[in-house]
Amino acid sequence: MLVLEQVDAHYGKSHVLHGVSIEVRAGEVVGLLGRNGVGKTTTLKAIMGMARRSAGRITFEGRDLQGVPPHGLAGLGIAWVPEERRIFRLLTVLENLRTGLDRSGITPPRREALLEKVYAYFPILRERRNQPGGTLSGGEQQMLAIARAMMLEPKIILLDEPTEGLMPRMVAQIQEIVHALHRDGVAILLVEQNVPLTLDAAERVYIMEKGAVRHHASSAELRADQRVIHEYLGV
Amino acid sequence: MDQVLVQTLHGLVNGMVLAMVASGLTLIFGIMDIVNFAHGDLLMLGAFVGASVLGVTGNYWLALLAASIAIAALGAILQITTLRPLIGRDPLTTILATFGLSLVMQKYALWQWGPSVRRISEPVPGDFTLFHIQYPWYRIATAVLAGLILAGLWLFLKYGKYGIWIRATTQDRVMAQAMGIPVPLVYTAVFAIGSAMAAASGVLFGPFAGVTQTMGFDFTLRAFIVVVVGGMGNLGGSILASIFVSLLESYAAIVVSPAQAVIVSFVVLVLTMLFRPTGLFVPTPK
Amino acid sequence: MATLTASSSPILKTEGLTVRFGGLAAVNNVSMSVPRGEIRGIIGPNGAGKSTFFNCLTGVLRPTTGRIVFNGEDIAGLPPHTISRKAIARSYQITNILPGATVLENVRIASQSRHHNWSMLRHHRSYADVIARARAVLADVGLADKEDELASNLSHGEQRNLEIGIALATEPKLLCLDEPTAGMSVAETHATVDLVRRIARGLTILIVEHDMEVVMGLAHTITVLNYGEVLAEGRPAEIQANPRVQEVYLKT
Repeated sequence: MLVLEQVDAHYGKSHVLHGVSIEVRAGEVVGLLGRNGVGKTTTLKAIMGMARRSAGRITFEGRDLQGVPPHGLAGLGIAWVPEERRIFRLLTVLENLRTGLDRSGITPPRREALLEKVYAYFPILRERRNQPGGTLSGGEQQMLAIARAMMLEPKIILLDEPTEGLMPRMVAQIQEIVHALHRDGVAILLVEQNVPLTLDAAERVYIMEKGAVRHHASSAELRADQRVIHEYLGV
Repeated sequence: MDQVLVQTLHGLVNGMVLAMVASGLTLIFGIMDIVNFAHGDLLMLGAFVGASVLGVTGNYWLALLAASIAIAALGAILQITTLRPLIGRDPLTTILATFGLSLVMQKYALWQWGPSVRRISEPVPGDFTLFHIQYPWYRIATAVLAGLILAGLWLFLKYGKYGIWIRATTQDRVMAQAMGIPVPLVYTAVFAIGSAMAAASGVLFGPFAGVTQTMGFDFTLRAFIVVVVGGMGNLGGSILASIFVSLLESYAAIVVSPAQAVIVSFVVLVLTMLFRPTGLFVPTPK
Repeated sequence: MATLTASSSPILKTEGLTVRFGGLAAVNNVSMSVPRGEIRGIIGPNGAGKSTFFNCLTGVLRPTTGRIVFNGEDIAGLPPHTISRKAIARSYQITNILPGATVLENVRIASQSRHHNWSMLRHHRSYADVIARARAVLADVGLADKEDELASNLSHGEQRNLEIGIALATEPKLLCLDEPTAGMSVAETHATVDLVRRIARGLTILIVEHDMEVVMGLAHTITVLNYGEVLAEGRPAEIQANPRVQEVYLKT
């Protein structure tokens, strides 16, 4: 469904991605692991059209994303949950959700249903729905960021380090959400540094180093032989 | 005492008109970082269009509506053709561009309507009496109307799907795009709204002092002062600052001539920049 | 712990260094001792406090409590330009080169800052010295053949190496390198590692890195930070064998 073929990307002069090839099929959870600074976030940004692509192709459901304007990706079914969460701080929780909920073609009953569904997953958001996004704690903002993406009823969510900086209890909650989304048939490209969570949630994992994909295996294989993980993510 | 009362009313009324002008300017700056030097000239063109429509139809309210719509359209066209290509460039470029637009608009007005002063007659005749003074009704009507329009703007921004789009884009353009909000369209719409408000201000202000090609400059100047004093991009702040600065100027006009009273505004500007550069009515940043 | 000059006192010592932002301790009670001439690697997962620590050393941030002793002198809380004059230099993650100047000019300006004087006559005579020093630095960082090139025309890797050259030209005794190989290709990384080895003589180097190959290959000693605290310290082999360190990185 989402295919990156030999993608090279630049930030200004810095050549940050080298021949990255990644595939996520419909309904799959795919992990993207690697240490800090290896280009995981850059890969997501390349998909979102935010890094200058100098070579390679990125297609979604067969359509080349090259000519698609930045605001067109949501309509295609691609949702992005960035590393920094990027909650609209001055908008209330509900207004944050509405940036995704207020789409053309969505009927009032479906809106209600979607909102209820998300409140069921994240009860705290219902409680805080009229509070400005900036007043939420880190974990709550992460949940809001994911909920906001769910408002788009996406086919795939690009999830960038959702557990970074969160307490273990919240990490478990995020893990549950990923499972639930998977059950709903939403594909997820999960960028993470948390290895156990990724191996648990994803069926396949790509491992990156220095701007390139260095290894690709199923979670089962990686769990069985820990050496690869140690080499690319350990010390 | 009567003087003070009259000047208070002047200050409030002028403040409301200025608030309409400034809110358009601050919205535009807040969302797309454009310093619009042509803002006062949008007001001026609005006043001329209003005067012409009034001359043809004799209906003030039609003139107000027509001017707002016409200048909104003009603003949208200008933004699409001149300013959109400049997105992402050095801010100096857009300053020069809007300055250039300002010159073009003034000369166009001169060509279209000639050099003589146009009149917009008062929509509401007569004066009312307050204590010992007589004050024109239409000025009060102007202030009330401006207030209603500003309230309408505030409501539009606060509720409503498009208000959320505008506010989200102002806070984080990239994330707004990622949520599917068509940011280029939002930019054009905001510029159109700002232009419409400037034009409406021009028609409202028309009966005060007549319509000339250069009437925009004073408004641009004061609007900039007010936008800085109120906090750039801060709508509530610019409204409060407009009233505050206009009142100060009016009171100063008791002692010095009105032309000199504008110095008060500059003093407020300088003090704001020195001590509270993010705006007088903005909570102190951490 | 490996030391190269066991007899001399450490060039840098921190005692109980703590930096609090509100309730959060970004750096928490960090005590470390770096001997003269050592290459010390500082690693740790995201948010471990590495950059905050560097910012303290170079005077960008003032520590909440604790001491930083450099060459026997307490430097905690001093402003950056004073610290620079005390011979601590730093390279940054975002390159700070002057894009409009040539490569030689970039380094010469840095070198001049060290030998600045007001006498016009003196200046004229010592100009040749400054240029010679700048050229020597360029040779060290492998940019000698690009001295007249505009800095903005260099490749990313070359720009980062120029950044190290600029820091080097201020003749520091302690050089702090902040993720020097970030965004570099494998080849550029190897070139930078060679560069650091070349310039390491007579210099003490602190290097923050995420690239394990680089750090394990270069450093004599490694300090591991986690949640602002020192988790472990030792030779590269010891650190790699330390299960607690693996745990922290792999979150197992």
